Amino acid sequence: MEKKEFHVIADTGIHARPATLLVQSASKFNSEITLQYQDKSVNLKSIMGVMSLGVGKDADVTISAEGADEADAIAALAETMKKEGLSE
Amino acid sequence: MAEKVLKGIAASDGIAIAKAYMLVDPDLSFEKTTVSDVDAEIKRLHDAFDASKSELQVIKDKAVENLGAEEAEVFEAHITILSDPEMLGQIEGKIKDDKVNAEEALKEVTDTFISMFEAMTDNAYMQERAGDIRDVTKRVLSHLLGVTLPSPALIDSEVIVVAHDLTPSDTAQLDRNFVKGFITDIGGRTSHSAIMSRTLEIPAVVGSETATTDIKEGTTVILDGINGEALIDPTDAEISDYQQKAKDFAAQKAEWEKLKNEATVSKDGKHFELASNIGTPDDMDGVLDAGSEAVGLFRSEFLYMNSAELPDEDTQFEAYKKVVEGMNGKPVIVRTMDIGGDKHLPYLPLPDEMNPFLGYRAIRISLDRDDIFRTQLRALLRASHYGQLRIMFPMIATLDEFRKAKAIFEEEKAKLVADGTPVADDIKLGIMIEIPAAAILADQFAKEVDFFSIGTNDLIQYSFAADRGNEHVSYLYQPYNPSLLRLIKHVIDAAHANGRIAGMCGEVAGDQVAVPLLMGLGLDEFSMSSTSVLKTRSLMKTIDTTEMAKLADRAINECVTNEEVKELVEKNVFGN
Repeated sequence: MEKKEFHVIADTGIHARPATLLVQSASKFNSEITLQYQDKSVNLKSIMGVMSLGVGKDADVTISAEGADEADAIAALAETMKKEGLSE
Repeated sequence: MAEKVLKGIAASDGIAIAKAYMLVDPDLSFEKTTVSDVDAEIKRLHDAFDASKSELQVIKDKAVENLGAEEAEVFEAHITILSDPEMLGQIEGKIKDDKVNAEEALKEVTDTFISMFEAMTDNAYMQERAGDIRDVTKRVLSHLLGVTLPSPALIDSEVIVVAHDLTPSDTAQLDRNFVKGFITDIGGRTSHSAIMSRTLEIPAVVGSETATTDIKEGTTVILDGINGEALIDPTDAEISDYQQKAKDFAAQKAEWEKLKNEATVSKDGKHFELASNIGTPDDMDGVLDAGSEAVGLFRSEFLYMNSAELPDEDTQFEAYKKVVEGMNGKPVIVRTMDIGGDKHLPYLPLPDEMNPFLGYRAIRISLDRDDIFRTQLRALLRASHYGQLRIMFPMIATLDEFRKAKAIFEEEKAKLVADGTPVADDIKLGIMIEIPAAAILADQFAKEVDFFSIGTNDLIQYSFAADRGNEHVSYLYQPYNPSLLRLIKHVIDAAHANGRIAGMCGEVAGDQVAVPLLMGLGLDEFSMSSTSVLKTRSLMKTIDTTEMAKLADRAINECVTNEEVKELVEKNVFGN
């Protein structure tokens, strides 16, 4: 399993367009991918799940991936997080 | 004779003849049933999801092509919701466990999500996503039930759109190459749909009450946006009659067109400033086509509303700069963010209020959230270097509010100057006069404020205590009522006594009955939809201001009702 922690810097947190792009990016991989925030974790391929977490600014979240392409998935998601200004 | 003539409110000039396109939801009701073949039911569900997704993909591509990537984003969001494995899994689970039909399972699951998002009252963005889920559910349901949902983005022949009401997201999907006009059941001259029709420059009739029940898909309709009428299934004679009227109207417009480069002068040689109201830099084409002498109202909140997050300083700077440069040295009045009331930002949750129009709105938010306000002022200050920019604060009730806003402006200006950023040093600061308290105290305001712009839509709403969106009290929208004229006269006189300019940027500024009176009262600047500018210039050329001063005096001192003033002007100015 691969995992990576992120500190959310976007004012709006993880929603709006960046959330959609994050979900689309996750959906390209076969691995099981989850987003964990506080004590809850959701399927990162589920837009409803991600939005229901209500991740705000300055939140610390963990993305984990499990499966054949787990390393690629984490690398791609880190790239999306950075590109969309969600984290540094 | 036509099958029926519908009467409504003339929202936007012009005549259109085309087939009706019903932008009305089909019947999506269904019965809850028990299924025996679960696998077959799940396959029905998957087929409906797949069909919805490919339909949305087509709509999205079409929307990107016709309307631009930004307007198409909503469809991308819908596709993402349809691709949600959790949601689909839960619906499948319901079919398997409860043996219910796909329609019922879909509804139960999506209802749960909708109420979950709607419960997030501190987060307007999430509440809006509830609307997206509702839209997606409707689409899947339509496929399950074998009915067709209207998809305005797919319109590819000339039509007249018929709808109960048009929301901003509906109008965003309309391709003006094909949509020749529209008619709605509800709405008034200042509703979103009406304002939009004037921006798109297509004829429109709103508030017809029964358009969606009287008109059937594909029926030929003559839409007369000049008189606020629609002829359903007209005869050949009526069609040729209206084709002639359309030609006459086009000829009239061409006649107005000749006034494009002329100054706005009354019959007795007095100059008035004719200006345009705009929402985004994209509206500049209309401003230049109309030969406007200024931008009298740049509704900056549209920069906020068309964005997924607070627009940063550079984004705003570019937008203001584009407009200021586009006007080539002519004045541009930017109104600072007027959010609240009926305008919301998905990313800036506002408190739930009993009376949002009397609540946390416009300058009240700006002074409270000065971080947002300062960003906007800095962007405006930087843009001031590129032309003649003026700043106007909305919803000012007290002088103290103006002083606070001005102090923040001065602070940001000093910071920019200290950094060596070029900033114009003579930026005029004005206020909207839309709250009666400010109108009454205009003589005191005029000592400190550089200019006034009377916002009639709100000034009428607040003076008559009548919600402008509430059709039950729409009779109280009385733009010619002597009480309002007295208030306006007081504001103009107060401005002039202190050497200030008095302008107007509400609907009334372009109203053909009000314009002669306002000229008589000495209003300096008239700002309106670009499409009304040339028509108004043409009218103003025929008006003698000395005569109008007398007529305005009679309207204010002798007339008692809105109707009496209207008749007085119609009789004395238009001879009928």
